[in-house]
Amino acid sequence: MLLTSPAALPDPASPPKPILQLVGLRKSFGGFDAVQGIDLDVREGEFLTIVGPSGSGKTTLLRMLAGMDTPSEGNITLHGELINDVPPNRRPTCLVFQSLALFPHKSVGENIAFPLKVKGVDAAARKARALELMRVVRLPESYFDKNVMKCSGGERQRVALARALAYDPEVLFFDEPLSAIDYKLKKTLEKELKDLHRETGKTFIYITHSLEEAMVMSDRIGVMRAGRLVQVGTPEEIYGAPVDRFVCEFVGEVNTFQVKRGPDGAWNGTDVPGTFTLQPPASGAVLDEAFVVVRPEFMRILAPGESADNRLEGVVYNEYSLGSRIQYQVRVGAKVMLVELSRGRALPSSADRRVTLGWDAADAFTLES
Amino acid sequence: MADLAIAHPERQAAAESPAQLRQDRLLSVGARCALPVALLLGIGFLAPLVAILGYAFATPRSFDVFSSFTLANFATLFDPANTVWLSFFWSCGLALFTVAILAVVAYPIAYGLNMVFGRWSALISVLFVFPLFVSENVRLYGWVLFYIRNGVLDGSLKWLGLPGGPEVLYTPGITLFGMVYTYLPFMLFPMTLGLALVPRDLVDAARDLGAGRLFIWREIELPLAMPGILIGMLLTFVLAIGATAEAKILGGQSIIVISHDIEIAFTYSQNWPLGSALAVVVTFFIGALTLFALSKLDLDRMLGKR
Repeated sequence: MLLTSPAALPDPASPPKPILQLVGLRKSFGGFDAVQGIDLDVREGEFLTIVGPSGSGKTTLLRMLAGMDTPSEGNITLHGELINDVPPNRRPTCLVFQSLALFPHKSVGENIAFPLKVKGVDAAARKARALELMRVVRLPESYFDKNVMKCSGGERQRVALARALAYDPEVLFFDEPLSAIDYKLKKTLEKELKDLHRETGKTFIYITHSLEEAMVMSDRIGVMRAGRLVQVGTPEEIYGAPVDRFVCEFVGEVNTFQVKRGPDGAWNGTDVPGTFTLQPPASGAVLDEAFVVVRPEFMRILAPGESADNRLEGVVYNEYSLGSRIQYQVRVGAKVMLVELSRGRALPSSADRRVTLGWDAADAFTLES
Repeated sequence: MADLAIAHPERQAAAESPAQLRQDRLLSVGARCALPVALLLGIGFLAPLVAILGYAFATPRSFDVFSSFTLANFATLFDPANTVWLSFFWSCGLALFTVAILAVVAYPIAYGLNMVFGRWSALISVLFVFPLFVSENVRLYGWVLFYIRNGVLDGSLKWLGLPGGPEVLYTPGITLFGMVYTYLPFMLFPMTLGLALVPRDLVDAARDLGAGRLFIWREIELPLAMPGILIGMLLTFVLAIGATAEAKILGGQSIIVISHDIEIAFTYSQNWPLGSALAVVVTFFIGALTLFALSKLDLDRMLGKR
């Protein structure tokens, strides 16, 4: 029997098979290449976030995946089948728009039931399914007949999500749906979305310009810049081993400085004084000049006698409370360095205090400049 | 708060300064600014209506406006022997057909102006407006020259050795054609605006959720464009019910429309009171119909603003 053959059984050792494969995907508008050659395997059931600044081509990429734009070059395959020219209404995928695109003349229930109406499901079954989905996205049942335009931002978000789920897509796309929502609600919705991903087991592809958002939710993150994917990896990989300065700075506030190899082979600072012990660059390249990145949370303020691989002398200029942590702005000559300490280790009085910053070689990245 | 005001009326009176009292006597700044326009409207718009209303109740075949009162004119109109209802029937029928045909003709053009023609839309819009710069009568006589025996159509066909054009001039059909032609822009532009109000995102979203073109049109495009479409229909209906030139010039008086009846009463038969009574009845009919339609037409609800 074919079904019971070993090949048909999932192999726990191998990673989940790709549901969506992008090969050499390219899109040009006139002479401008919005997306320039993307290769990516999206695994079944993963939460993948494409993150990049505005204009990096991430929305164009998503529109191609959803079928609203056709690629100029390259292939998109879903379960191994080429879907380049399959129109959006024939793809088992669904997009949650940045504007949410809710139908203003329909009630919450009618909005959610729309894809079911398209499929010809009868009214009673539509209502039952819509109410079920409203429970999933945590909307009260009484909202069924509510005018969708009378709902708050967060509620509309949930309606849009429920409507997409009603289509029962294999892959759900999100085009920055949380960008217009206030911070606190956004944090809640991010977590809910991740929970929902777990509950439904569907493949989610999310687009955002906020890496913070990506970090919270994603299984994997792809960083996009000028139409290319610069790095794809788990949040840990992106955070802990950024491939270049762009990814590094995109991840958050970082301390950076330039170094040059002296005649004795030691790394001397170009824009900060001192000689530094560095890890070789992850790329393995042999460099004469490099770019050093230290995250604020890996910088320490050294107590007298405390040792560290590297040190810098500076003066505290200002402090910023980040809630559970405190960030200090330390001026080293003309250069500004940021140090984050937990509240328990805060300096008693900080302004104009002379401090010694220290960090270990293993906590810094060396990148090609 | 209300209790306080009742308990101390003298305190409230004392609070009003002399300047405030002076302002209460004179018109407010806004009212003073609006005065010239209000006067112009009073003289130019309201006065003729009042005069017509006065004449409607005057002695038949007289000019005793405001000095006599009789319902004789209305009695004449509603007398079953009077055939004015036939004109009324023609006007309403032609207006209804005009609106129906225009809705079907203008929708694809409006759709094209919004979605298909792209940067040519502006030019195409101007082409539709352009005929409005020429007098309606001149344009209608142009159509007469086109359709008349040995005219543009008939003559060209005969020159080509064909049997010649159909005899369409001076029929109710050609009157309807003239009305559709004349009122096209008045349906087209509100409709174009209505369609422009349909966000592209919603159409994309509906398609993404599996809907085909027809389903999207029925469920999304049409309901959201409805305010514009209904306004276009109302506008063309009101204009078409008062049309005379098409029936006179193209229809060659093969049918008499209601506004033509009013004109005859005022000119040929010199019976101003009867013409006025007819005008009042028609005005009330159209006014009631318009108000009814507008009350049913909740634009805010249709656009989902409330």
